[in-house]
Amino acid sequence: MNSGKQTTTSIDVGKLIGSVERFRNDGFRLVQIGCTKVGDLYEINYSFDKDYHFENIRIAVTADTEVPSISGMYWNSFIYENEMHDLFGIQVRGMNIDFKGTLIRTAVKFPFSQPPVTVTKGDKP
Amino acid sequence: MSKQIIVPFGPQHPVLPEPIHLDLVLEDERVVDVIPSIGYIHRGFEKLVEKREFTEYVYIAERTCGICSFVHGATYCQGIEQIMNIEVPERAQFLRVIWSEYSRLHSHLLWLGLFADSFGFENLFMNAWRIREDILDVMEQTTGGRVIQGSCKVGGVRRDISNEKLDAMAKDLDRIDRDMKNLTTVFLQDDSIRHRLKNVGILSREDAYHLGAVGPTGRGSGVAGDARKLGYGAYDRLNVQVVTDSCGDCLSRCTVRAKELFTSTDLIRQAVKKIPEGPVDVKVTGAPDGEYFMRAEQPRGELVHYLKGNGTKFLVRSRIRTPTLTNIPPLIKMLQGCELADVPVIVLSIDPCISCTER
Repeated sequence: MNSGKQTTTSIDVGKLIGSVERFRNDGFRLVQIGCTKVGDLYEINYSFDKDYHFENIRIAVTADTEVPSISGMYWNSFIYENEMHDLFGIQVRGMNIDFKGTLIRTAVKFPFSQPPVTVTKGDKP
Repeated sequence: MSKQIIVPFGPQHPVLPEPIHLDLVLEDERVVDVIPSIGYIHRGFEKLVEKREFTEYVYIAERTCGICSFVHGATYCQGIEQIMNIEVPERAQFLRVIWSEYSRLHSHLLWLGLFADSFGFENLFMNAWRIREDILDVMEQTTGGRVIQGSCKVGGVRRDISNEKLDAMAKDLDRIDRDMKNLTTVFLQDDSIRHRLKNVGILSREDAYHLGAVGPTGRGSGVAGDARKLGYGAYDRLNVQVVTDSCGDCLSRCTVRAKELFTSTDLIRQAVKKIPEGPVDVKVTGAPDGEYFMRAEQPRGELVHYLKGNGTKFLVRSRIRTPTLTNIPPLIKMLQGCELADVPVIVLSIDPCISCTER
């Protein structure tokens, strides 16, 4: 099955802005930003596409790391960055539109965060 | 400068089928800014990968949406198959294409009806949904379900369609094409509809691309992106025509969807002609160990299922990026500068599916 090639490059959080800027300058569109909990860390994938060429850059951060917003280069990133904050509790610095935790109204705060959130039946969060 | 006031729009509104809330900042009747809110029905589906085996999770993935459910299930299965290097039988790949295109027909006809309702053309709304019933009948006859099909599984599909039934379906598409032609002629040529949609909610090609607009929302602004061109499933063996329109207004987005009805019936006919004989599934052993970003073209645009496994029966992560989520920033751009009375039509023009978005 041919579903297109895709590459993922891991970088330090300090190089995030520079890497994203190169994608922006090369005419890539932002496809998504997604977060995954891996052990004590959070992997954040930034996905880009240009003419069906799909590339990802990945940073791995701890819960207390402040991640810079890329909304200065990709205005639409606010939707993913707010989602990442509301579900995982990732702190994003400098978002163009900051909902301050109200984009996704979950019953428990940061439901996908570390340590795992458990809600037992009958609990009122 | 006029005094600014904020008018709340949604989450309950006569034209909104699903709950999105917009704070519209107005100067007189003109919208100068928009602040969107979602999150009224967040279900946490993605978290369930930790509790359901990867073979069972397809049922959850399918329930992400009540309209494009089949495409969600198929996309999830194809992502797992990529990680596990599973060769799906060709017949199953063609069947997935056929059901995906029927899903697109059903979704676009549903949207055309809702769109007609949004500008007050009730008869057109009922006509669109009458044709949609014929599509849903086929889905029910071939899968057992009108909305949730449950016919896709990791390694293939659960049900075959006999060649006689496939021929009958292709033949019946001629009649459906005629009905859709009559319907779309009204949408695209009626003076009152054109007057209501033309030059309303304009999104330039540059804005559409850089704000991440996908599907008919992007193609209506001339961005010729269509994930079916990636060639997943059996699409690499079919001639996929990408429909675009360059004006970027509500009429353009309507035009793209209207024309895509006929590209879908064409794809189904092509698939029926080329579908080979053979099995429809393979036995799956082991568990996914690795990750993959599976992209597919949902009726509303590019869908991404990011899947990550660690060699156990339970995935580590399923992240679903739906087309509506990525079409919200372009929607804000379309609304800035419009008249208050145009807001319902513009919001409907991106075909918002908040159920998908709040997976």
